[in-house]
Amino acid sequence: MAALKQLFTSMFNSFKDLVPIIFVVGFFEIFILQQAPDHLGSILIGLIFIVLGLTFFVFGLEMGLFPIGESLAEALARKGSIVWLVIFSFSLGFGTTLAEPALTAVANEAAQVAAESGAIQSHPQALAEYAMGLRLTVAISVGLAILLGVIRILKGWPIQYLIIGGYIIVMVLTAFAPPSIIGIAYDSGGVTTSTITVPLVTALGVGLATVIKGRNPMLDGFGLIAFASLTPMIFVMLYGMIFL
Amino acid sequence: MIGQLLDTLLLTARDVIPIAVILFGFQLGVLKRPIANWRKVVLGFIYVIIGLTFFLVGLEMALFPIGESMANQLTSPEFLHPNGEATPFIWQDYFWVYVFAAAIGFSTTIAEPSLIAVAIKANDVSGGTIGIQGLRISVAIGVAFGIALGCFRIVVGDPIHYYIMAGYIVVVIQTFYAPKMIIPLAYDSGGVTTSTVTVPLVAALGLGLATNVEGRNPLIDGFGLIAFASLFPIISVMAYAQIVEYLTQRRDNKKNLEEHKDAL
Repeated sequence: MAALKQLFTSMFNSFKDLVPIIFVVGFFEIFILQQAPDHLGSILIGLIFIVLGLTFFVFGLEMGLFPIGESLAEALARKGSIVWLVIFSFSLGFGTTLAEPALTAVANEAAQVAAESGAIQSHPQALAEYAMGLRLTVAISVGLAILLGVIRILKGWPIQYLIIGGYIIVMVLTAFAPPSIIGIAYDSGGVTTSTITVPLVTALGVGLATVIKGRNPMLDGFGLIAFASLTPMIFVMLYGMIFL
Repeated sequence: MIGQLLDTLLLTARDVIPIAVILFGFQLGVLKRPIANWRKVVLGFIYVIIGLTFFLVGLEMALFPIGESMANQLTSPEFLHPNGEATPFIWQDYFWVYVFAAAIGFSTTIAEPSLIAVAIKANDVSGGTIGIQGLRISVAIGVAFGIALGCFRIVVGDPIHYYIMAGYIVVVIQTFYAPKMIIPLAYDSGGVTTSTVTVPLVAALGLGLATNVEGRNPLIDGFGLIAFASLFPIISVMAYAQIVEYLTQRRDNKKNLEEHKDAL
């Protein structure tokens, strides 16, 4: 009975994520456009799937991934072995990004657009390869970002110089990257950091800053996500320069 | 639909395997500790795979079509010029596109649970000077303005990097003047706000706009809204902290002045 109640609470919370979208879209359809959205039936089924999916997803994350991820991050920070900590940071960024649903969805969409404009071939094999290539590139860059962020916390470097340096690299690469990749590259920064990555990575950062002497967990623990939103831009542009 | 669900299930399982291998590998191989109630953990992973499957199929069926169809309807000639004028469209014609973009950005950000958590933490760190509501509203304004400006860029067809570059310059200048403790938080707020539900909808809106506005290429012009939505909160959060600091200082100055007068 308690489990059932928990399930319903969780389902209600997932539904709450969709409420603003339903409200705004509904308002525009009724008052401004005075039309119904195309394919209303399948949209409604899809919305139910999203609520169901988010519910199970978040439920599962809280049951399995988060406890083990957080205790691992803390245990490794305490263990004090820098080599393992660095390897773990990279793997955590890489693994969580590969499983990130928003990235999967946007990479598939990007592959479709690229095929329609003739930038890549349009058979399913080529589409899947392009989407997977994008996701692997982003996953590697998030891995490197978390690694860099953890080293920053260990060394106590100020964040702004690294970020400004990153911005300069982004600008220089933009001049050389093919135009068809620039938009996707810029977007990939914001796409990567959502449901799975943010909580685990924040746990790692705050855990580390708590264990190390002389670090303020709030000041030094934040900032990992900022790196994770910056490096994908750089690496996706490089990917475009090499493969397009 | 059943076939699509099964296909997605297999692909999702493949995507989740790396993170499972990493976590179990480190737990057993490096820390050499058994997993506390592993039954629950395994069940959790199974739930994650099932949840992701439904979620991805749902995105494909609902959020992408909503974004595309809104872009379609808001840019259709019948909606823009109901009287049937045949004049070429100018950017002001797409007024409702910008309003819709800003409304979606503002409302999804205000409701974002991870942002509420971050705002509460920020309130703690700052000793109460950074208000929870103030931070949430400033992030939401940043996202709303970002997405609306991004839509304007798609409509007029400017290269994206000019806008992003200008945004970066503002961020760099603000970094030198904003209160130090807000900086990492402001940088993070850009990435945190764009949630799993918002990203696909906004991406579809941009692609739909670029497909429907004459002379735009979806591959070159369609992307970039998410980049705008991640950049502008950085600016608005720092601006909020700067305004709060300025007001506090002014109040303190006034107080000092009055005490000074009283002493005289």
